[in-house]
Amino acid sequence: MSKPKHDLLNSDLCVINVGLQQFAESLAEQSVEVAHVNWEPPAELEPELEQILEELL
Amino acid sequence: MTARPQSMKSRITVRPREYHDSVRLMQVSAQVRRLDGVEEAILMMATDTNKNLLAAAGIAGREIQEAARDDLVIGVVARNADVADTAMAKAVNLLRSRTSDVRARQHVSLDTAVAAMPDASLALISIPGEYAVEETRKALRAGLNVMLFSDNVPLDDEIRLKRLAEERGLLLMGPDCGTAIIGGNGLGFANAVRSGTVGIVGASGTGIQEIAVQLHHRGLGVSHALGTGGRDLSASVGGLTMLRGIDMLAADPDTHVIVLTSKPPDRDVAARIVKRASACGKPVVVNFLGGDTVAVTRAGLVAAQTLTGAANRTVQLLRPNGRTAPASARSDNEFHRQVSEVAGLLSPKQVYLRGLFTGGTLCYEAMHVLQDHIGPVYSNIARQSGYHLGDCSRSREHTLIDMGDDLFTRGRPHPMIDPDLRNRRLLQESEESDVAVVLLDLVLGYGSHMDPAASLAETVRDARTRAAQDGRHLAVVASVCGTEQDPQGLARQKRLLADEGVVLAASNAEASRLAGMIVSTAAERTAGGASR
Repeated sequence: MSKPKHDLLNSDLCVINVGLQQFAESLAEQSVEVAHVNWEPPAELEPELEQILEELL
Repeated sequence: MTARPQSMKSRITVRPREYHDSVRLMQVSAQVRRLDGVEEAILMMATDTNKNLLAAAGIAGREIQEAARDDLVIGVVARNADVADTAMAKAVNLLRSRTSDVRARQHVSLDTAVAAMPDASLALISIPGEYAVEETRKALRAGLNVMLFSDNVPLDDEIRLKRLAEERGLLLMGPDCGTAIIGGNGLGFANAVRSGTVGIVGASGTGIQEIAVQLHHRGLGVSHALGTGGRDLSASVGGLTMLRGIDMLAADPDTHVIVLTSKPPDRDVAARIVKRASACGKPVVVNFLGGDTVAVTRAGLVAAQTLTGAANRTVQLLRPNGRTAPASARSDNEFHRQVSEVAGLLSPKQVYLRGLFTGGTLCYEAMHVLQDHIGPVYSNIARQSGYHLGDCSRSREHTLIDMGDDLFTRGRPHPMIDPDLRNRRLLQESEESDVAVVLLDLVLGYGSHMDPAASLAETVRDARTRAAQDGRHLAVVASVCGTEQDPQGLARQKRLLADEGVVLAASNAEASRLAGMIVSTAAERTAGGASR
């Protein structure tokens, strides 16, 4: 087991929020340092194009 | 679907590849719906489930059928064409407006956020389940602990992700983890409770919330509360997160007592949890809601049957001579007087209890408590064979519904955020002449609706008016899971409900007992009357 970067329970909570923006707002309200990721679903590709890309990569 | 007057006009706009999260879309829908003359306003991503929901609301058309799941649909129905156009323009404007005052730094991807915030210790992930696995893997590989709020994550992926977390010495809470408190900070759905010396590891969000709130009302506080997700204690996952949570709290100097809560786990997993807990060096209270307590007690741990019971046992451990009940709890005399008073208002035909819950574990706890008073009840989350509700859109005899079940939340926010579905169901139950008591929960805290009691109180008023027009008294019993420090404020939320005649209890367990005893007392009276 590798040593984690942070001791979660004994260091200042610092959060990256991916998804519901409301959760980032609640954390900010509690003075928690928070970064919000404006997540969007990946573009849907035509199955044929997806196949070609998969073969290329 | 109810028929609408011919004069009603609808407008549909499809905005290709425009994504907003479901809570934000619900908030905009609600604002547009409040406009005078607007009958319905729905903003949704065009997933197949949502297309069905739109059709059920009378919003359908070729453009919706052709929309892709990453397209946004805005549908409005209004009194006339002018109002419909105004409503559509308002929806578009609201979406365009700055979304909030959040001081959060905004990023386009997890990678850029990690690069910009090297001190980040945890990722809170709440995107649709199908995409959440990849984001969680990325976060763990970047050395972040993860709270995975998303549900609909395949079981195999959960196991793989939890093993990855374990290899890296990280904590993965979830999938389907609704609640956590780290160092006094609430994540997801969490109440503003006092900081203290009790550490909680729980497989359910509302289970953690109720225990934390009940501890708070008894003058105690929480060091940390860690969620595991609902499947963690199954045989396949093996309690990986709960075991890690126990180790973390055992090593945490601020935690003096540990509370574990879950529905009854798999037997072997329960044995593993009990073994780890009994060797952790700190007192542990175990609440496997209605599960076997013998093995727990034999291992030297403290067993509790209900969430409130877990709070009481914890008080006894930390303050052996202290009062376990909160100051606001009823005396036994008061309790029985109220049961008898409410039961006296019911007609002999009113014999059934209906419970409508936003918290799954609160529903489960109620089911367990009611067993002693009215026997088994039907439910969408029933464990007792023969009592699983087949068609969840209709109740039968005594029924408890977990409105947060996937069945009701597909494509829409959880009922703790969006009270609409439960309110509708409450009105539906009030139409049935054999219903005696409706049992409700109201969960406050970060993440929840900002004023849930307001719309619930209004619905209770309508429901009771309908019942009264039919010559019936509809008893409504509720508990509010919250503290005065919660953003919604406990006192105001309770007052709104009390003003509509809702009988309020100090905990979900007490509300369940109260409701069950009202029904059983009324039944005894009827039986007594009939035999005279």
